[in-house]
Amino acid sequence: MSFVMHKKGLTLFDWINYSLITLFSVACVFPFLYVFSVSFTNPEVYVPLKFYLFPEKWSLESYRYILSTNSFLNAFKSTVFITVVGTILNVIISFMMAYGLTKKTMPGQKWMMGMVIFTLVFSAGIVPNYLLVRELGLLNSYWSLILPSLTNAWSLLVIKSFLESLPPELEDSAKIDGCTDIGVFLRIIIPLSMPAIATFTLFFAVGHWNTYFNALIYLSDSSKWTLQLLIKTLVIDSNSMAVAQAGASDENVVPQETIRMASIVLAMVPILVVYPFLQKHFAKGVMLGSVKG
Amino acid sequence: MKPETTLRKSKTMSKAGHSVGLVSRMVKHRALYLLVLPGLIFFLVFKIAPMWGLLLAFKDYNPFLGFFGSDWVGFKHFSDLFGSSTFYIMLRNTLAINLIALVFHFPLPILLALMLNEIRHERFKRINQSIVYLPHFLSWVVVASMTFFLLSIDVGIVNKLIAESGGETISFLSEPNYFWALLTAQSMWKEAGWGTIIFLAAMAGVDPQRYEAAVVDGAGRFRQIWHITLPAIRPTIIILLILRLGSMADTGFEQILLMMNPLVRSVGEVFDTYSYTYGILQGKISVGVTVGMFKGLVGLVLIVTANKIVRKLGHEGIY
Repeated sequence: MSFVMHKKGLTLFDWINYSLITLFSVACVFPFLYVFSVSFTNPEVYVPLKFYLFPEKWSLESYRYILSTNSFLNAFKSTVFITVVGTILNVIISFMMAYGLTKKTMPGQKWMMGMVIFTLVFSAGIVPNYLLVRELGLLNSYWSLILPSLTNAWSLLVIKSFLESLPPELEDSAKIDGCTDIGVFLRIIIPLSMPAIATFTLFFAVGHWNTYFNALIYLSDSSKWTLQLLIKTLVIDSNSMAVAQAGASDENVVPQETIRMASIVLAMVPILVVYPFLQKHFAKGVMLGSVKG
Repeated sequence: MKPETTLRKSKTMSKAGHSVGLVSRMVKHRALYLLVLPGLIFFLVFKIAPMWGLLLAFKDYNPFLGFFGSDWVGFKHFSDLFGSSTFYIMLRNTLAINLIALVFHFPLPILLALMLNEIRHERFKRINQSIVYLPHFLSWVVVASMTFFLLSIDVGIVNKLIAESGGETISFLSEPNYFWALLTAQSMWKEAGWGTIIFLAAMAGVDPQRYEAAVVDGAGRFRQIWHITLPAIRPTIIILLILRLGSMADTGFEQILLMMNPLVRSVGEVFDTYSYTYGILQGKISVGVTVGMFKGLVGLVLIVTANKIVRKLGHEGIY
């Protein structure tokens, strides 16, 4: 098709198309640029509500401040802990279970699949889940964000259909050579699944990093807060209060804009760092998923 | 009499034979059970056990009396729910948020994918894809925070620009009339780019020779899109549309919770926010369970129906 383009160059259609796409992309990056540039602006020269595309005077002052506060460092540590431990357990448990579910000869497999699918279409809801976590004594523990989401039906179904797409011959020959089921899983299935494992590691990690609602209801103790909870309080609560009681301003409570924006940037940094991998593997994940849905 | 006994005899025998077979098959698969076990325990404890809590919808839960001590009240909470005006407000909000998303949000990824597919410069295409996928990975907290810095009255840059150009500032975030549009705009910003992936993949499957043949026949770009690209992604569009309709009971819960403030509660209240506010914040456990259960059941019927339709059309459903 490219030969057509080289002969004709850009047509009017192309110009309009390229401009519209550029416009959409600009709309996508604009909030990032704004938040970035304010966060890097020297707080002393910062004029509230002035639009900066690039900082007038660069400074790391806001970052230095936010990184020196205990609340931010604690929240960062909590979030890293939950993300790392949660993701590792997610991957191990999901792949183990999905592999088991591919074995239709295993008695009870159908019953297990039925249960998994049932949880895909129906959940007990917010309050029963909360009561369970409370009864288990997990409130204000990081495990309340790890254990209730050890795996999920959608991931299991996608991983299962991936495992089913692997060539069965390797597994068969390994069994003939005397490999046990666990041996097959560890020596054949895991190495073959590395691309899917990478994809799901990222899926789960982004999910943990971004979790907000569960953290909100399970972690009421502010010393246990995650990054998302801290930012919500720092940025939105001080705002919505201002929305509700318009006029009643309290300058001391509201953190400086540059500091608030720096905290948002810091919450995005891990995502941005892994973004090149995310893009590659997530797109694959979507396609893995589309086999099923 | 006689045939019956033999029948019974053979039945017991086959039963016994079956159970021996079952045990030996289970023993044979013991290693697999070990692999499945942690996940199985997880599902039983964290997904199935909470179903027990659904019974609280039929009780008047009192924390001092506990689960067993609390009185049974039958369908009282359900009739209270259906009798309250809030129920119809929540129903209206859920429908409105979904319908607006269906009209404005649903077609956007298709349109974007068609446009991206028409880009002939690979690098330009890749750069734009990288940019439009990015918002998908941000948390709703970050998206809501950015929204505040853009649109709020006190710190919003948009209102600042409006004020500078002599206009009157608009309270985007606390004006009920803008709330649904705001939610839709946010989710379009966050997810539209990401939504193109599945369509672009379907478009990549089209044989390039078909376009070349169309060019020879004198078809312009629009006619190529209409007659070749669109038919190629039609099944994908139909499946996604049906599944979207099947998830109508869901509204972006975290998103709404973050954007909610007292001034927009009348247009923002949906089943999940109500369940959270009453069940968890105010401790009216039974009310929270009832609302959550109602939403869950409606969602169940919708998604099962949608999945059936998709399968009837000859595609693989979500399960």
